[in-house]
Amino acid sequence: MTSENKDGLIIKDINKRFGDVEALKEVNLEVRSGEFFTLLGPSGCGKTTLLRIIAGLELPDTGQVTLGGQDITSLPATKRQVNTVFQSYALFPHLTIYENIAFGLRSRKFPNDEVTKRVERRLEMLGLQDMRNRHPDQLSGGQKQRVALARALVNEPEILLLDEPMSALDAKLRAQVQEDLRRIQRRLKKTFLLVTHDQSEALVCSDRLAVMHEGRVIQFGTPQEVYDFPQTKFVAEFLGAANLIHGKKVAGGVETPLGVLTLEKEPSWDSGMIAIRPEWIWIRETQPETNGIRATVNEVIYRGTNFDLWLNPGPLRVRTSSYKNFKPGDQVWLELSPNELVILDGSHDT
Amino acid sequence: MTRRLLIWYGELTTRQNLLKRGLYFLSSGMLWLMVFLVLPGLVLVVVSFATRGAYGQLEWDFTIENYKRLMGFSLFGWTSDYLVILWRSVVVAFFTTLVSIVLSYPLCFFIAGREERSRYMWLTLVIIPFWTNMVIRTYAWFLILAPELPFAKLAAAMGFIPHGAPLYPNAFAVYIGMVSMFLPFVTLPLYASVEKLDWSLVEAAQDLYASRVRVFTQAILPQTMPGLSVGIILTFVPAMGMFVVPDLLGGAKYMLVGNLIQQQFGASRDWPFGAAISMGLMILTMVSLQIYRRKSKEIEHI
Repeated sequence: MTSENKDGLIIKDINKRFGDVEALKEVNLEVRSGEFFTLLGPSGCGKTTLLRIIAGLELPDTGQVTLGGQDITSLPATKRQVNTVFQSYALFPHLTIYENIAFGLRSRKFPNDEVTKRVERRLEMLGLQDMRNRHPDQLSGGQKQRVALARALVNEPEILLLDEPMSALDAKLRAQVQEDLRRIQRRLKKTFLLVTHDQSEALVCSDRLAVMHEGRVIQFGTPQEVYDFPQTKFVAEFLGAANLIHGKKVAGGVETPLGVLTLEKEPSWDSGMIAIRPEWIWIRETQPETNGIRATVNEVIYRGTNFDLWLNPGPLRVRTSSYKNFKPGDQVWLELSPNELVILDGSHDT
Repeated sequence: MTRRLLIWYGELTTRQNLLKRGLYFLSSGMLWLMVFLVLPGLVLVVVSFATRGAYGQLEWDFTIENYKRLMGFSLFGWTSDYLVILWRSVVVAFFTTLVSIVLSYPLCFFIAGREERSRYMWLTLVIIPFWTNMVIRTYAWFLILAPELPFAKLAAAMGFIPHGAPLYPNAFAVYIGMVSMFLPFVTLPLYASVEKLDWSLVEAAQDLYASRVRVFTQAILPQTMPGLSVGIILTFVPAMGMFVVPDLLGGAKYMLVGNLIQQQFGASRDWPFGAAISMGLMILTMVSLQIYRRKSKEIEHI
């Protein structure tokens, strides 16, 4: 496995504990060179600890971090070809934007003209030319975020770490910055490692992502793989919305409170859970051939681009972009198509 | 009464009313400053231009003789004695402050790194010496530096002092006394700044390849500047005028301006000259603080 990932980041059997809290349990990950990788998880799942270990700001109790074939587990932060965009941006308030960006180069005693060349290139790339003589407190949140990005990128790190860099931005700006970040990463072809609790951010930005929960990586893959085929209840609920249905294995499918549902595969458990995304439940006027459910609309929520319907039995959530105006009390047929029903892993209850 | 002092919700008020109210509020503070700062200061200025009578009484023949004398001009020509004492005071105050700062930083980081409950215990330990009278604390150093005790023996063994001699009176003893006197004045305000230090800036500096020195000057120093400034002023200004410590631990050879002033107002009964030295001290202090302000601004905007 290492042969195909010589330049990338390999995290092996990392454990970390703070007092009584096990922050990371047997974490194994591989980030390929040049990819945008995201660690996704709720607060307290250990993702920031893992990031800090990679940055060299924290030592793991056990395990190994390898970057570009070199073991950097105990290399101090000042010696690593890794740079970080901090959650609070951590810009130096007494320095101008220009000097903030130049900080890493000056630490390494780059000659002045080289510093100028590199800093100017980043200023231009991120549209910060007019800010160069300002101080951080004169900048908006979005501008500070770009300065923090420029300050890290100017050092040409082998891997750029982003610690929830967008959590301080408002929703609209965040959406734009996510796309910008993606474009910058594609253009520079650098390895980016993003830590976030925002699932849409993870989906928009990443080539691959890992979902973390209680100190473990519980699933990883491309955003599509993880979104389409969540393996556990936790992933299904954390990434997007999901209808979770308890069931028992019977001949030809599972028996659920909604009736017997046909599945594409036979589940590995006798009793467990299946999931379906609200946008993958179809509303039909007539009874569909398989997995049809007669349901009553309970509540209609208008969300601009679509409607969210809550229906009984279930309750099931259905997302529809139908032009039809449903009202509470309407009777409809729902189709839970077998290829949209995901069998969740029974071994984790999370 | 309160009705006249406060702006009540919805109350209409004019510029004049606000001005009147403002003066009302200011008056108590102004009065305080007048009585305790401006008036004594003016008295000092006036006295410094007066003449000493034959028996030490004040005579109101106004002259600049006292200032000339301070500058070293006397009946017997020019001498540098007083200027040396003034300069020595600046130097002692400067190094006392510097050593206090150098010692305070590790102490503050140590305390800030303790658990929250024990921090107050450590801070209390820093303050406890203040519960003892300053003179007694200084005398305590006599015992510590006394002959045949470990410190004096060590110094003698290393050849700094003859065997059987005490480690005082000398410049070293003055510095020890001064630093132990003023350390808490730097530690306490500095601790306030260190406690709320934003560590992410330190981490950012480390992440950006900064050396230890660079982490300190770029990430820690600018952040702790507010507390440090208070500490510097609280130490430097009183250290300039300190007379108990140099009097006891410095002896006649290591006189500071504080001792000189005390002498004039005390034994010599030469109030006008004492007042002139005080004015000189005040001017020197202000000049020093002005230089410090310039320098600290440079640090804030490197």
